[in-house]
Amino acid sequence: MKILVFVKQVPDTDDVRLDPRTGNLMRDGVQSIINPFDANGVEAALQLKAQCGGQVVAISMGPPQADDVLKKALAMGCDESVLISDRALGGADTLATGYPLAKAAEKIGDYDLIICGRHATDAETAQTGPIIAAFLGIPQVTLVDKLSVEDGFAICRRLLPDRYETVKVKLPALVTVCSEINTPRYPTPINIMKALKKPRAVWNAADLGCEPDMIGIPGSPSSNKKIFEPPKRMTETIFFQGDAEAVARAIADALEAEKII
Amino acid sequence: MLIQLTEEQKMLRDMAREFTRNEIAPRDKWMDDNGFDWDLCKKITEAGFMGANIPEQYGGGGGGIVDTTIIAQEFAKGSASIATFMGGHWLASNLILENGTEEQRQKYMPEAVSGKIFAFGLTEAGAGSDAAGIKSQAVETEDGWLLNGSKAWITNSGVADYYIILAMTDPEQGTAGISAFILPKDAEGLAVGKFEEKMGVRGSATCELAFNNIKLPKEALLGVRGKGFKMAMQTLDIGRISAAAVCAGISEHAMNLAKAYANERTAFGKPIKAFQGLAFRFADMYAEIKAMELLAYEAATTKDAGGRCTLDAAAAKLFATEKGIQICLQAQAVFGGNGMSKEYDIERLVRDIRVWSVMEGSTEILRMIVSGTVLSK
Repeated sequence: MKILVFVKQVPDTDDVRLDPRTGNLMRDGVQSIINPFDANGVEAALQLKAQCGGQVVAISMGPPQADDVLKKALAMGCDESVLISDRALGGADTLATGYPLAKAAEKIGDYDLIICGRHATDAETAQTGPIIAAFLGIPQVTLVDKLSVEDGFAICRRLLPDRYETVKVKLPALVTVCSEINTPRYPTPINIMKALKKPRAVWNAADLGCEPDMIGIPGSPSSNKKIFEPPKRMTETIFFQGDAEAVARAIADALEAEKII
Repeated sequence: MLIQLTEEQKMLRDMAREFTRNEIAPRDKWMDDNGFDWDLCKKITEAGFMGANIPEQYGGGGGGIVDTTIIAQEFAKGSASIATFMGGHWLASNLILENGTEEQRQKYMPEAVSGKIFAFGLTEAGAGSDAAGIKSQAVETEDGWLLNGSKAWITNSGVADYYIILAMTDPEQGTAGISAFILPKDAEGLAVGKFEEKMGVRGSATCELAFNNIKLPKEALLGVRGKGFKMAMQTLDIGRISAAAVCAGISEHAMNLAKAYANERTAFGKPIKAFQGLAFRFADMYAEIKAMELLAYEAATTKDAGGRCTLDAAAAKLFATEKGIQICLQAQAVFGGNGMSKEYDIERLVRDIRVWSVMEGSTEILRMIVSGTVLSK
């Protein structure tokens, strides 16, 4: 079984600030990490490999330093990595990101399952995984918190706001996983020592045979108009005094004044 | 010498740092109150740290001294107790790795990797630095050895599965009459005392051990008869490098706690870091921590390259332990009265760092080694 896992390098979310002037993310001095949901994806792939055998390929698109997340994926136990890196791919929206990633999956070929995180913690669009599946013309199952494979099908439990939904999907398919699916392993010292000896490819847009008008800024029908921090919600504590009835009345009045009831 | 970590070593450092932040640091206060943490030990095993020093052929991580020094330093930033535990385990398993027969290595190394805990026992109530004074005795019998005596202050005692015990086999020959034995925890005649109520590193287990007519098979002898002390001294070089890095880690932790406090605490209308008298402490702390690191990693690099590092390892530990104590006290002083409170982690670090100038070669013994070598050149 061949599993492809897409991983993204994101800023450590504990530490993200916006430039008040430009509205862009301030990345200087901010540590980059593997998107936490993608780490769940890597773990899910490695667990499936342990059960069914096969091969796990980790793929990322980004500047050369994005290779760090691939090194981590290899150290966790992935067999190969592919870094897609090209200035022409810069400024891509989710459509122009999903396209070269799908081209990479086609180039690798013979995959049974593609796993992505449910969304990246930086932009939080949750679109890239589904877009890859659409380009490849394969079924997709999002928000998966339980995953198994049997007889050419993936059995996926979806974590929905009010219920679970179990979906049986024919392979090849793409799934996006939630953090609830597993706890990602730490890379062990021995796997770290082996990581950089594994096959590590670097491909550009030409290697993937991308159409120039479908990548980067020209290939992006959407762009960010403005990025701003949500206004900080101030909380205020009010203590009500008196007997039960008076306190209940005061609370009801306060909630009404705030238009909560 | 310029210390340059390889790509893999940087990854190992990042991983050890992440593991420390997520798993070790949150448990340190609990361990200070309650002692050894078996759950954390299990996680350390699962993450592959127990066998980080052991070659791949025995299932280990295949790491060298620089690698284990990196792990020890990172762990120490979260818990001096865990750094102590790992140091004791690696030291004892290294003794078998370096001196054991192939049969012994094949038996014990996979066990060390899979989470069996190892401990090394030299010190007794009446002898430590003065190794020739040890009273534990192993007498050769027809089918093996008969071990009698006792040990004290043995790191990992009470939780260990295997002990490497130094005992006199030829008492008239002093340190040349000391041999090493592998003692399993369930050996008949082994009595383990209660856990010592220590001032610091309370999350690492320390007990007294008593040996009462313990029958050991012939193959319990580790290495050559009479070479136990020499073997221990060679392995102690590695232990001292690790100790120096651990003190750098504890010191950096102390400095960072003090830094956070110096930023938030105000006096006379401004944060206390704005006062130069206090700010200068941080300059000294930073410079001394960097020096500790350089000494430790230089000795580790020499050892990995196959060189002799007894002098450098002793100098690294001497410097790091003495400066480390001073740094923790300086950091504690930044907290004023709060530094005395158990509510603040700095109080624990002041207690934790103290032991390092005693174990694995006290400051005085290290000064003897360093001065003796320097003056003889």
